[in-house]
Amino acid sequence: MNVLLNPELWSSALTLAIPIAFAALGGVFSERSGVVNIALEGKMLIGAFAAVAFSALFHSAWIGLLAAMVAGALTAMLFAWATVYLRADHIIAGLAIDILAAGLTGFLFNSIYGQMGTPSDTPSLPIWHVPVLRSIPVLGPILGHHEALVYLFFLVLVVANWVLFRTPIGLRWRAVGEYPRAADAAGVPVLRVKFWAVVAAGVMAGLGGADLSIGILNSFSPNMTTGRGFIALAAVIFGAWRPWGSFGAALLFGFATSLSFQLQGSAAISKNIVLMLPYVVTILALAGFVGRTTAPAADGQPYDPER
Amino acid sequence: MRARTIWPGIAIVIAFVVGGLLTYAFGNDPFIAYGALVSGAFGSLYSIASTLTVTLPLAITGLAVAFSFRSGLFNIGAGGQYWLGGIAAAWVGYAVRLPPVIHIVVAMLAGALAGALWAAVIPGLAKAYRGAHEVITTLMMTYIATDLGHYLVEGGPMQQPGFTPQSPPMAPTAVIGRLVPGTQLTWAIVLVPVLAVAVWYVLQRTSLGFSLRLAGYNLRAARYAGVNPVTAILTALAISGGLSGFAGSIQVLGVDRRLFDGFDPSYGYTAIVVALLARNDPFGTLLAAVLFGALDTGANQMQIIANVPFNLAGVIQGIIIFFIAAEGLLRYFRRRRGAQAQGDLQTAPAE
Amino acid sequence: MAEAREDARSGASKGAAAGGGEGREERVLQVRGLTKQFPGVRALDGVDFDLMRGEVHAILGENGAGKSTFMNVLYGLLRPDEGDIRLWGQPYAPISPNEAVAAGVGMVHQHFMLIPALTVAENVALGSEPRKGLALDLDAVVARLQELSEAFGLEVSPRARVADLSVGMRQRVEILKAFYRDARLLILDEPTALLTPQEVHELFRVIPQFTERGVSVIFISHKLAEVSQIARRVTVVRRGKSIDTRPTEGVTPRELARLMVGREVALQYERPEGEPGAPLLQVKGLAAEGLEPLDLEVHEGEIVAVAGVEGNGQEPLIGALSGLLPARGEVILDGRPIHHLSVRRRVEEGLGLVPSDRQEEGLVLPLTIAENLALREYYRPPFGRGGLLDLRYWLERAGEAVEQFDVRPPQPRTRAGALSGGNQQKVVLAREILGDPKVHIASQPTRGLDIGAAEFVHERLLELRSERRGVLLISLDLDEVLGLADRVLVLYRGRAMGVLTREEATREKVGLMMLGQAVAEAA
Repeated sequence: MNVLLNPELWSSALTLAIPIAFAALGGVFSERSGVVNIALEGKMLIGAFAAVAFSALFHSAWIGLLAAMVAGALTAMLFAWATVYLRADHIIAGLAIDILAAGLTGFLFNSIYGQMGTPSDTPSLPIWHVPVLRSIPVLGPILGHHEALVYLFFLVLVVANWVLFRTPIGLRWRAVGEYPRAADAAGVPVLRVKFWAVVAAGVMAGLGGADLSIGILNSFSPNMTTGRGFIALAAVIFGAWRPWGSFGAALLFGFATSLSFQLQGSAAISKNIVLMLPYVVTILALAGFVGRTTAPAADGQPYDPER
Repeated sequence: MRARTIWPGIAIVIAFVVGGLLTYAFGNDPFIAYGALVSGAFGSLYSIASTLTVTLPLAITGLAVAFSFRSGLFNIGAGGQYWLGGIAAAWVGYAVRLPPVIHIVVAMLAGALAGALWAAVIPGLAKAYRGAHEVITTLMMTYIATDLGHYLVEGGPMQQPGFTPQSPPMAPTAVIGRLVPGTQLTWAIVLVPVLAVAVWYVLQRTSLGFSLRLAGYNLRAARYAGVNPVTAILTALAISGGLSGFAGSIQVLGVDRRLFDGFDPSYGYTAIVVALLARNDPFGTLLAAVLFGALDTGANQMQIIANVPFNLAGVIQGIIIFFIAAEGLLRYFRRRRGAQAQGDLQTAPAE
Repeated sequence: MAEAREDARSGASKGAAAGGGEGREERVLQVRGLTKQFPGVRALDGVDFDLMRGEVHAILGENGAGKSTFMNVLYGLLRPDEGDIRLWGQPYAPISPNEAVAAGVGMVHQHFMLIPALTVAENVALGSEPRKGLALDLDAVVARLQELSEAFGLEVSPRARVADLSVGMRQRVEILKAFYRDARLLILDEPTALLTPQEVHELFRVIPQFTERGVSVIFISHKLAEVSQIARRVTVVRRGKSIDTRPTEGVTPRELARLMVGREVALQYERPEGEPGAPLLQVKGLAAEGLEPLDLEVHEGEIVAVAGVEGNGQEPLIGALSGLLPARGEVILDGRPIHHLSVRRRVEEGLGLVPSDRQEEGLVLPLTIAENLALREYYRPPFGRGGLLDLRYWLERAGEAVEQFDVRPPQPRTRAGALSGGNQQKVVLAREILGDPKVHIASQPTRGLDIGAAEFVHERLLELRSERRGVLLISLDLDEVLGLADRVLVLYRGRAMGVLTREEATREKVGLMMLGQAVAEAA
């Protein structure tokens, strides 16, 4: 299959994977502290919108990026407050954020930009050419030039992995997601850890959305995330709740999407069938047929310190 | 207890107030906007019919979701089951020859069956035997359903000859007739209260419903009561999926009259909002569906007349559901007051 | 934290606890007149206790005697109402576990506070993690753990995942956690409850190695043999009072058992005479997780009580009999084998169950009294026919039941969650009794009930006996057992220690068996 030899395929696989990868990383953060985060989609959307709006407003993509992070964090605080302190059901609260975000961003989009859409001169993130990477044989063209956020992602990924597994904060984080009562007994402020984990997740999701809007597409349209936040959730599971694992899963999804674009012309397999692959695999994983899915043991359970 | 029952009402009021503030913030008159919303939804026979057209599938999928919640399961994939129902019904509608009334009935049953299987087989079995959480599995099935739908009409086996991604039209014998001429409202609307009553009846008056409700309240007690968890899970998902599939079939046979390429994974979410707002009560679900149908239809009018983007409806929906979700707020305030009154209460340890 | 003097360990027995104020042995802990009241129950009633340096001092008592409360006070989880505690001569009144730990007190709970997915070192480090720059310095933790391991003889591999460790190993980790935080007074709460005999042996080998280094141990238990083996002195508590303190050398198990269960007169009930009839329930070789193969029979007109300290196999037994838990062995009800039947079918065959947890299992709290009364039979006549429910019948029946069983408020439409504990239990009883099974299993039916409600329950059980039904009563309350039973079976570590007839079942004998001492049965 010639299509597999086309470096465009692999390069765009990476590009398309990054928004999901960011959100998935956020999902890992959140679930590692025991909070199931169905709200990733909503936070991505808000991040995407904020990125475009502020980028256009201040004529700087970097400010847009910052705005996306802040917007994601604020939305996450709302979600975190509801789930951690009010002990709302994680799933219902998450759906609420998604619907709220979709409605809000759509509303704001139409109010501010109306029919014309976001300004076409909105600064998008610069593309970086990294000479060192470009010279690697075979992989060079794939890795060598991407827009900034792709490289920033890897930085974040490495740092996140290190924090989660090699620092005291990370230890407490994981303890809270596994057995909050024991963590509490050891003096860890369980609720506070969960809260900030969710906020960190929001920042990640916001970055993912920003990547979509000012990185890849350079515009915003309502509901532009089209379910990537949920796919990210699947990536978290499929990646066994590990930062690098979730990136790998995101890459798989990115690849499937990229492949479907490349296959557009050919009649071999319908692109739609190919797109199903990640979802099928997720179900298999959940049912225990592919790999081991052990969620953090206290995932999804609100913690009541007084019980 | 009283606070709990009026909470949805409070949520709606707050949502509308916030919506009004947003409208005002962008330089529009909220009263004109809401006025347009109401008249757009109920102002004329045409408007009412339009509202009810949106309400129809929403009410049934809302019932589907409410039913699953009552049984203790989160069927988030109502959207996917809806699409499967549409696909199956469409196929029966154009590919099979049957006499008039029978054709519709068979098509609708096919839709219900497809939805039931879509929910019960993979997500249901995975949950019953492997403990796989149904939130994710039903959601995944929704995405697969959307892709399946795209596949079928975009150069796939269900596409009609030509370049347009759509199925052949439904045979005239498989079309559900319009109740109000000139609108898209079909007589299938009368099925909505019927289904609500049926759901209510099953849950409240049959032993099956009682078994499922027990499972929804407390799985341990349900087992003690003799309920078989596997049967309960599969049955609940099958019924829930079947209702969603049924809704999908009605939409295809009545409104669209062919299978269009409009498969969208987010369809099911409004159904979830509807069910939650109604606290999973069948009749409340109808009301909530009407509310959201009105929001949807009226919002278009609101956009035209008051220049308020129709997404405001989405914002209002989101706020409503957020307050429903944050019902813990009530508990929180009650606890705060209680704790101050009781001081240092220590409970006796279980020895 | 008081510095321990580097004296040689005092090995001599010091005799009775009340005295002993000489300078030769340092008193680590002194408790006088400790009292703690909860609504309705005096959990601690003027407890006195001493602990010498390097000593293992056991606390022996039944369920409800006050052991847990005492421990929780020492560990800062509860504050006493009255009393004086001195730790290393200084007043000690911790208001949180953190203060207790800072003062040098460590506790190893019965249910470990360990995170299975993390390693030993990570678990130990949690809460007071050493750093190397920004990173977690696990190597430092590992090093210190190895030091401690060697010093105290607790072999453990610090980088192993807790999930991969046996129960005995996990306990070691808990102990090491306490030592990591410089505990000099170690409270062990029922430490052998979950251990295999070999692991117990290991633990007992290791404890003297702590005491040699000046660590003092409070060993809480209900197991007589172990207490005699490991402790130098034992204090018996009963109903919140410290009854007596004795050196373990030279005291007989009989004496200790007597101290533990007391001499109060058993509850007097009218017991109409009658010979038990044919066997209604025959159990052969019934085994499940937590239950060793067990034989048991319940006859017509007989109450067989299953006694034992909590956690010795009662729940597995109930689960195995009712079908709620997977099990092996034979269960024959009125001549018909039921061990392959589902929960529901067993109910249909005539096996009733009043479960131990009335709120989470016996009732569905959001449902009404009437609905709860139909909980087990809603699907069949007269509660329902052809898949439909006969709600009118439910209300009728509830009306009768509420009157017959004196449920307050007598409104069938009241939510079960709004009833008091006693009334909730009456609903559960009413349901099971009115279902007219041949054999009733009643598990802790009077737990948490006041005297009046408890009496009511006992009368109903005796009534069943008069009506020639069979009753299997599982109870943690020895008074209840001795007052009602025709025969008593004692469970210990999931095994039946023996069956005693009513005449044989003295407090001492049952008490001994509950503590693991085999007693020769009369024929």
